[in-house]
Amino acid sequence: MSSTGRVIGDTLLKIENISLSFGGVRALSNVSFDVRKGEIRAIIGPNGAGKSSMLNCINGFYHPQQGRITYKGSVREQMRPHEAAAQGIARTFQNIALFKGMSTLDNIMSGRLLKMKRGFFWQALYWGPAEREELEHREAVERIIDFLEIQAVRKMPVGKLPYGLQKRVELGRALAAEPDLLLLDEPMAGMNVEEKEDMCRFILDVNDQFGTTIALIEHDMGVVMDLSDRVVVLEYGQKIADGTPDEVRADQRVIDAYLGVQH
Amino acid sequence: MADGSATAGTTAAAHGLPDTFPKLLERNAREFGDRPSIREKDYGIWQTWTWKQVHGEVREFAAGLASLGVRRGHKVAIVGDNRPQLYWSMCAAQMLGAVPVPVYQDSVAEEMGFVIDHAEADFAIAEDQEQVDKLLVIRGKHKRPGHIVYKDPRGMRDYNQPGIVSLAEVAGRGAEFQNQHPGFLDAEIAKGRGSDVSVMLYTSGTTGQPKGVMLSYDNVIVSGHNGIKFDGLTRDDEVLAYLPMAWVGDHIYSYGESFIAGFCLSCPESGATVLTDLREIGPTFFFAPPRIFENLLTTVSIRMEDAGWLKRSMYKYFMEVARRAGIAILDKRPVSAADRFLYWLGGFLVYAPLKNALGFSRIRLGYTAGEAIGPDIFDFYRSLGLNLKQLYGMTETSVFICMQPDGQVKADTVGVPAPQVEIKIAESGEVLVKSPGVFLTYYKNDSATNETKTPDGWVHTGDAGFFDKDGHLKIIDRAKDVGRLRNGTLFAPKYIENKLKFFPYIKEAVAFGDGQDYVACFVNIDLEAVGNWAEKRAVSYGSYQELAAKPEVYDLLQECVEKVNRDLAADPNVAGSQIKRFLILHKELDADDGELTRTRKVRRRFIGDRYNALIDGLYSDRDRAHIKTTVTFEDGRTGAIEADLAIREAKRQPIASPAHKTAA
Repeated sequence: MSSTGRVIGDTLLKIENISLSFGGVRALSNVSFDVRKGEIRAIIGPNGAGKSSMLNCINGFYHPQQGRITYKGSVREQMRPHEAAAQGIARTFQNIALFKGMSTLDNIMSGRLLKMKRGFFWQALYWGPAEREELEHREAVERIIDFLEIQAVRKMPVGKLPYGLQKRVELGRALAAEPDLLLLDEPMAGMNVEEKEDMCRFILDVNDQFGTTIALIEHDMGVVMDLSDRVVVLEYGQKIADGTPDEVRADQRVIDAYLGVQH
Repeated sequence: MADGSATAGTTAAAHGLPDTFPKLLERNAREFGDRPSIREKDYGIWQTWTWKQVHGEVREFAAGLASLGVRRGHKVAIVGDNRPQLYWSMCAAQMLGAVPVPVYQDSVAEEMGFVIDHAEADFAIAEDQEQVDKLLVIRGKHKRPGHIVYKDPRGMRDYNQPGIVSLAEVAGRGAEFQNQHPGFLDAEIAKGRGSDVSVMLYTSGTTGQPKGVMLSYDNVIVSGHNGIKFDGLTRDDEVLAYLPMAWVGDHIYSYGESFIAGFCLSCPESGATVLTDLREIGPTFFFAPPRIFENLLTTVSIRMEDAGWLKRSMYKYFMEVARRAGIAILDKRPVSAADRFLYWLGGFLVYAPLKNALGFSRIRLGYTAGEAIGPDIFDFYRSLGLNLKQLYGMTETSVFICMQPDGQVKADTVGVPAPQVEIKIAESGEVLVKSPGVFLTYYKNDSATNETKTPDGWVHTGDAGFFDKDGHLKIIDRAKDVGRLRNGTLFAPKYIENKLKFFPYIKEAVAFGDGQDYVACFVNIDLEAVGNWAEKRAVSYGSYQELAAKPEVYDLLQECVEKVNRDLAADPNVAGSQIKRFLILHKELDADDGELTRTRKVRRRFIGDRYNALIDGLYSDRDRAHIKTTVTFEDGRTGAIEADLAIREAKRQPIASPAHKTAA
């Protein structure tokens, strides 16, 4: 499963000196790193290090007080999440955020929303161009279902599925938007070993087959070191290391942050 | 094989059929080329290929294989789930005179490696990355297969090892090859003869290494043709192909019969969607091991328990009607007008919706084979009007040995000999078979061939059985396990154990009796079923051991044992082997302790040694026996369990005819 065929391109996303605080609490201070096109970039760190805040800044949910985010070569203005989505950023959540009563199919279909051109009225009529459009989207969704091997639960309400599968459906919904940059917030939290292995394979396949750039937060060190091309390590809102998995593993500050320092 | 006029009916040509599958495919494309041949659900939609399209695809692929170097006599391993392309590659290999070797797709690399190495398969056609990975491991060890063709390109981008190509690419090369070598393919197809080896199927091999059974085209085509005639299958039938391609049942029913009869085969989307796909396709013919029918029935029962009062009582009432009248109506026996009316009404209200929910609305014929099916399960489906039948067969005979004719279906026999099948029962009770389907030889294993097949073509099935008074064959046990009581009565332990295990309260049973005066047995309670039963009767217990020793539980199981005795008494062949004494084991028989095999088969000899003290107790007149055994806990530690077990005497039925009669 070596990834020799992959091409890592230019910088897709550049984070420069980002600082974010909530009242007096500093979530992020002066963090800089970049994500290159086609790579798998991991953000790791102990609890409360500011990892999720970082993702929320990237997809426009939080607005950092200082610093600059450059995405696809242009500096980003204040941006709201749906604008980020329109620019090709999709994400999954730490706590699953699916529509529990809807089927797998419909959940993934909802990821195509931004790609649909016909308005509510035409869709409700389901006639002519609206019908053709829906069929096209359904085909795209079916490709994702096939890709993630969830054919058997296509018509099941998502709330009834086991946790590991729900996570997969959520990944499917993010993929449905055909993103350029995919943000995964702890995709493997709470999974058993087998589910983790499956998820790893899917993440690698997504990256490999669609060339999607992936930024992910993960706690499981084994998984992170295997999956990612480069890792950035945060602690108390500050970047303490940045580099390939091997470099990061050998970094004394990272070891201290994870294992504690003897005083 | 061919010894003149006496066996004129053993070749495909004698039945007026083309003598190889490539020729059958040509016939189908010519005579009904626009009819559907195969379907697969892909991206949520059933995609269909007609015979004409399949013919084109297979030819192109065959030429592609030829360009890779596949020639007459080569072996081509086929590894994957039921996919149209994999069925096609079987036929493509056959076009070139090569022999397809379907391999169990879920076997681990080591087992698969044995087959590929033994078969000398230098070419393999794999479904996806998972199988390619296994084949690469195998190649590292056995230097085979040199060429790997994969169907699904997913995840295969970075595989740049030599000899790995996609199916699409091979087909592309095929078109080129045909331009350069016009006429090559047709000449190869024409060279095929009915007596050639058409397929090599490895028997799963519960004992020792798997053996490669070589079947000729004549074997497969004549057997398939006879099966089709027996059950009246036509090209309008619909069949779902979901059982492993390496299994002879799938090879004959899915591949063979669809080519011969021309019906359409449907391949499910994935292993997990079979039940949904079953409902969507609504096959007219369905082949499944008993386990599948059991699972479906369990699903129905659970759903009905949760249903509302009205539905539940309607279900209960009409299932009672069905039990009374359904089977009789199916077998065309007389039924009272009132019952007939109620059954009709029930069909409207309960049976039809139920069958629809199961995907059995259009089913004409269902077969179960592989192991014994519980009579309750069997009767449930038949009472719904579903023509479920049993089949007895094996790889070495191209499946068919016995089949149940319409109107003569019994739960405990496997039916009458299939067309052109001769059966005789050996002195030892073993069933011997001779038929047009009898295999050529095992590949590279003459000693096994000589053991299984006599020079004049009789196959030793290894099963013991006898014919009942209607001429139906009853299989009772593996021949090597069958023994005799001291007075000469036939003793078939598995036959008795299966009867016991059909009770939900009994999880395992071990019967003893070879060389003894009477039959005695151990039983294991089913903790869930008996626990539930105890709860409802306020019988309190703290552990498995305590529950198993309760006198109330003994009473319950004694009823079961006595019911089995009544059942055994009804059949003069086995009436002498009624159970006299039994005891309930204090611990569950477990594979970790070596008492069961990993596939949950009882290891009789081992148990005999381990529980010797209990067996002594059963064959004494004491009413208790003491035992001390070591057990292995899940974390690998061992400990000892001591118990003092009660022994009960069960009532036996008087036997009408003398007991020391041998099998017919």
